[in-house]
Amino acid sequence: MLKYSFRKVGQSLLLAMGVLILAFAMVRMTGDPASLMMSRNASAEEREAFREVMGFNRPVLVQFGDWITHVFMGDFGDSLHFREPALPLVLQRLPATIRLAATGLAFAILIGIPLGLIAGFRANSLVDFFGRLIALLGQSIPNFWLGLILILIFAQRLGWFPVFGADKPESVVLPAFVLSLPVMGELLRLTRSAALEVRNEDFVRTAFSKGLHRYAIYIQHVLPNVAISLVSVIGVEFGYMLGGSIYIETVFAWPGMGQLVGQALGWRDFPLVQTIVVFTSLVVLGLNLLTDLIYALIDPRIRHGK
Amino acid sequence: MASILKVKNLVTKFHTVDGVVNAVNDVSFLLEDGETLAIVGESGSGKSVSMMSIMGLLPMPPAKVEGGQALFNSKDGPVDLIQLPYEAMSDIRGGQIGFVFQDPGTSLNPILTIGKQISETLIRHLGISGREAKDKTVSLLAEVGIPDPTLRFDAFPFQLSGGMRQRVMIAIAVACAPRIVIADEPTTALDVTIQAQIVNLFKELRVKMGVSTIWITHDLGLVAGLADRVLVMYAGQILESAQVDELYENPKHPYTIGLLGALPRLDTQESKRLVSIDGTPPDSTILIHHCPFAWRCAHAFERCWNEKPALTTVGEKHTVACFYAMEEGR
Ligand SMILES: Nc1ncnc2c1ncn2[C@@H]1O[C@H](COP(=O)(O)OP(=O)(O)OP(=O)(O)O)[C@@H](O)[C@H]1O
Ligand SMILES: [Mg+2]
Repeated sequence: MLKYSFRKVGQSLLLAMGVLILAFAMVRMTGDPASLMMSRNASAEEREAFREVMGFNRPVLVQFGDWITHVFMGDFGDSLHFREPALPLVLQRLPATIRLAATGLAFAILIGIPLGLIAGFRANSLVDFFGRLIALLGQSIPNFWLGLILILIFAQRLGWFPVFGADKPESVVLPAFVLSLPVMGELLRLTRSAALEVRNEDFVRTAFSKGLHRYAIYIQHVLPNVAISLVSVIGVEFGYMLGGSIYIETVFAWPGMGQLVGQALGWRDFPLVQTIVVFTSLVVLGLNLLTDLIYALIDPRIRHGK
Repeated sequence: MASILKVKNLVTKFHTVDGVVNAVNDVSFLLEDGETLAIVGESGSGKSVSMMSIMGLLPMPPAKVEGGQALFNSKDGPVDLIQLPYEAMSDIRGGQIGFVFQDPGTSLNPILTIGKQISETLIRHLGISGREAKDKTVSLLAEVGIPDPTLRFDAFPFQLSGGMRQRVMIAIAVACAPRIVIADEPTTALDVTIQAQIVNLFKELRVKMGVSTIWITHDLGLVAGLADRVLVMYAGQILESAQVDELYENPKHPYTIGLLGALPRLDTQESKRLVSIDGTPPDSTILIHHCPFAWRCAHAFERCWNEKPALTTVGEKHTVACFYAMEEGR
């Protein structure tokens, strides 16, 4: 377990380094970061002055070294729009994004996995049919459209939920549901096929031959083996949800990271975009590491390096 | 001797997209108290399916037990296993009838310790605490010949060899002192030397526990030193049944004679020449109304193609379903 963990941590650190290099390269990809970040009407003198201030006229390696050192100290540079450090701006948005993503993930897990299990055990039943319908819809309906429809019905007509914002506890329900739907569909499909597969394994027959109760077999023998194939997907999907959804956060006016990305792109506020990219990438890497470790906790073969 | 299991007219079919597979066609047999019964036959002859039908372990659908009885002399009196509802059946499975499967590599849950997999049976059927179950599991592990049982309690299946895993399976099967143990080709997946060890372990346990055993195998050679009686199965039917010695000395059915001829003989020069019976078993999706072996039989005559022979007594505890053998015997 220790060896495995060390290896995984090492891999994550390497990847994190890669992320930093990519994020740095991103802004310089077009050749001239100044023209990327400034309005088209800026004069040549203004551009020159901007390069001077931002240090773009120095050798690239020097710029990179400088940037990395600052990043390690938690300084991601200043937002061009707000004219203040970018990191606190991002961190400010974090609680709302986490709230949205965590609620969405909870919806996806609490609905997707049980439905998937039932669908797997009772293939071609009514539950199976509805499950597959949800999976299909979840993965094909455009989320901004669904968001608008839900607002129309549940917020405007029925008045059960606020139309926008994040001021009330129940505000999170509609956007989280929209965010969760594709993930729910994915989890449902995966759980169903994993359950179908595991159900036919020899060791499940052994469990039946021991006279165990049906639910003991499902919960103690089938579910943990199904979970092995779910853990990594859940990790990836949660990372994706944490990245925030520009569409959903815009439609619901949710003050999270996705909304900030949308705004920052509009303002050509590249230091801010860069900060968000680096930050969410690192969060995703952290999540990946976490799933790898959970994976090992469930599956002894991984833990013991088999 | 009293019988502990009486199977009558068992019929099992699989309803698949490719048609109906007639896996078990009217099988009847007795298992006597304390007896070891071997069931032999080529692959696909319905050995496993007939046992799984009795134990309710077939996936339904596609499988369906369409008829027959399996009268088991349970602790609470005689019951028909085929008719038993799930709850009552699960009291018997693992508690009064133990099962050992062919492949110990896939028959144990890969992510649970073997200790847990044995003790959950004990807890289920004996209603004892986790602590007591652990103690009992450790002594069971010792009993089936696993070294360092206390240590091995926490081992996962992948940390054990094939032979050790099969010992764990056996420990599970005998954990609750069952009346019957059904072993479905328990040595097929193992090396020859390990096979002998497992066979010996079985013999030992059988004597110690006085348990009746059904042993399914391809291998007639293995049966000689192990079983009391043999059933020969073919195309979902029983073609011959006799005491072991009688079957070896006096086989009646051409199929049995063929199987015995296919045995590699260690005592002759011909040991390297392995004879097998020509031809293949009939398509199991077609319901056959004559002798199923007629295609491959050198002695088949008109009657064999028109009627299905029934099991007929030809000697003490010796029955055969063959018109040729019956004529010859007369
Ligand atoms: N799940 C299934 N679906 C359809 N047909 C099946 C299924 N399981 C078994 N059968 C069929 O039932 C028949 C009997 O199979 P069974 O497994 O009992 O044979 P066996 O005598 O145990 O053979 P082996 O020695 O290979 O284990 C075969 O024709 C087989 O194809
Ligand atoms: Mg078989």
